[in-house]
Amino acid sequence: MATVTFVEHDGTAHEMDLVEGESLMQIATENAVPGIDGDCGGEAACGTCHVIVDDAWISKTGARTGQEIQMLDMTPECEANSRLACQVIACQEFDGLRVRLPEFQM
Amino acid sequence: MHNKNSVLERTKTRLQTKVQATVPVERQVQAAHMVEKAKRMVGLNEPLVFTERPLPDAEDVPLTELDVSNPFLFRQGKWHSYFKRLRDEAPVHYQANSPFGPFWSVTRYEDIRAMDMNAADFSAEPDIIIGDVPLDIEMFIAMDPPKHDQQRKAVQGVVAPKNLKEMESLIRERVCEVLDSLPTDRPFDWVDRVSIEITGRMLATLLDFPYEERRKLTYWSDTISGIAEATGGSTHQDEFFEATADLARSFMALWHDKEARRQQGEAPGFDLISLMQGSEDTKDMIKKPLEFLGNLTLLIVGGNDTTRNSMTGGVLALNENPDQFEKLKANPSVIPNMVSEIIRWQTPLAYMRRVATRDLHFGGQFIRKGDRLLMWYASGNRDERQFDNPDDFIIDRANARNHMSFGFGVHRCMGNRLAEMQLRILWEELLERFDDIKVIGEPEHVQSNFAKGYSKMMVQLTPKSDA
Ligand code: HEM
Ligand code: FES
Repeated sequence: MATVTFVEHDGTAHEMDLVEGESLMQIATENAVPGIDGDCGGEAACGTCHVIVDDAWISKTGARTGQEIQMLDMTPECEANSRLACQVIACQEFDGLRVRLPEFQM
Repeated sequence: MHNKNSVLERTKTRLQTKVQATVPVERQVQAAHMVEKAKRMVGLNEPLVFTERPLPDAEDVPLTELDVSNPFLFRQGKWHSYFKRLRDEAPVHYQANSPFGPFWSVTRYEDIRAMDMNAADFSAEPDIIIGDVPLDIEMFIAMDPPKHDQQRKAVQGVVAPKNLKEMESLIRERVCEVLDSLPTDRPFDWVDRVSIEITGRMLATLLDFPYEERRKLTYWSDTISGIAEATGGSTHQDEFFEATADLARSFMALWHDKEARRQQGEAPGFDLISLMQGSEDTKDMIKKPLEFLGNLTLLIVGGNDTTRNSMTGGVLALNENPDQFEKLKANPSVIPNMVSEIIRWQTPLAYMRRVATRDLHFGGQFIRKGDRLLMWYASGNRDERQFDNPDDFIIDRANARNHMSFGFGVHRCMGNRLAEMQLRILWEELLERFDDIKVIGEPEHVQSNFAKGYSKMMVQLTPKSDA
């Protein structure tokens, strides 16, 4: 089974089964990964599903675009590889993907 | 007539831009006030006064005449049926003849979210309430990107989660002080003794405002947000201008006092003004008084009414739903989710206003450039397309966090985490102390089409038997 790993700010790692077609936000909230809220239900409208993609993976996931840029720009913890997890849709190629969580969601 | 008005308006704009940097801000407020008074004298500007009459039932009003800007809609409890009718029959609805002029109402959850996220087509400038404020206070809640983003980034540190974590124990201390001073042998007004006290103390702390004078913050907030022309409230223009000038004077003094103390080597605090003075982007904010005033007013108004009314609303909701109170006592770990449900159920700010920046189609309607549109969060939060049994208060509702009371998009509430934290701590400490909080009689509702709130609610406490 393909997996994706969410690493909390304090280093705690959560390895989850990757469900093709679901967003990383859905995978995280369905498995109660702490630190991802998903308040708007996945519409890039709330900014509470911020993740930072490991350098090795950013070419696969792609960088943030459009509305995501607007929302993430406001976050003090925004980094080059910051994404909104609800806008990253899982596929088999993401097997082994690692993303870090910021200390706080907005 | 028109000419006189535009001359006066031009004078006002000139006054406000040219002298921003040189004239004390309270003088600028006074100057704007004189312009409004002059307009009144030549008959250009009739202050709005609202008289309460019983509202008809939603189904007895022709659809085109349905006016949800009526400031008594919430007080009279008619809003559920009015908005339900709009959601079902005219989800993007035009009201041509309100006292505030024509406006559109957007009432379905998905439409509201889409509009809130589209800052390019729907501008937040120049104001976010239905009417116009007779003074151009510059607040970033009513600015579009990129100016909005710069201003928000400069001050958001004061309520950023990092700062809040430092403040949690202080907040708890203040909540406990308030709760421990409550009478348990007689009824008292929950709004005055709890909701106003806790939010006032918090705000005084955030702003490092003289603690003993904190009720001034409540007064300014109520007066400014209650202006008749803007929200259908009961504040007269003259009172508005006096309150604003007073607020400006106090905070200018506070700024200068802090600056002097800092120069004498005192360590800066974590309050808003210290943060502003410590940041490159905002250290000269005092030189742009209307902007300075705007940022403060935004925090004072934004952080006050809203949280206060959620503190009252939560008690009311649990009284109307005793089974939920039992559920809560049996399982206090549901508090964080209940806090979201309280904020959904209450929806302290009923709407935000936008202005179309171009001709466009939205929700099957043709909207013209310049048209005003209200995004009714109060309706979106009760949209049966989004929430099952939306009028029920269910503390463990699965999607309570998806409420739209904080808005969405770039303007999404900056103080949301602070508000949630205050409410969470309040309920944690209430459950420690009391078995019951009984509402006595009917609460009194605020007159407004914008703030959904309470001016009075009598309660009787029952202390915990084992405490
Ligand atoms: C339950 C409590 C609260 C509610 C329901 C609430 C609601 C809102 C709403 C609806 C907006 C506009 C969102 C939009 O246009 O999309 C907003 C913005 C804002 N709120 Fe709150 N608020 C609350 C508490 C607070 C607190 C405690 C503070 C500050 C201490 C605060 C400060 C602000 C600020 C500064 C903005 C402007 C944000 C921007 O334009 O970027 N709010 N709030
Ligand atoms: S869930 Fe709201 S932005 Fe991703």
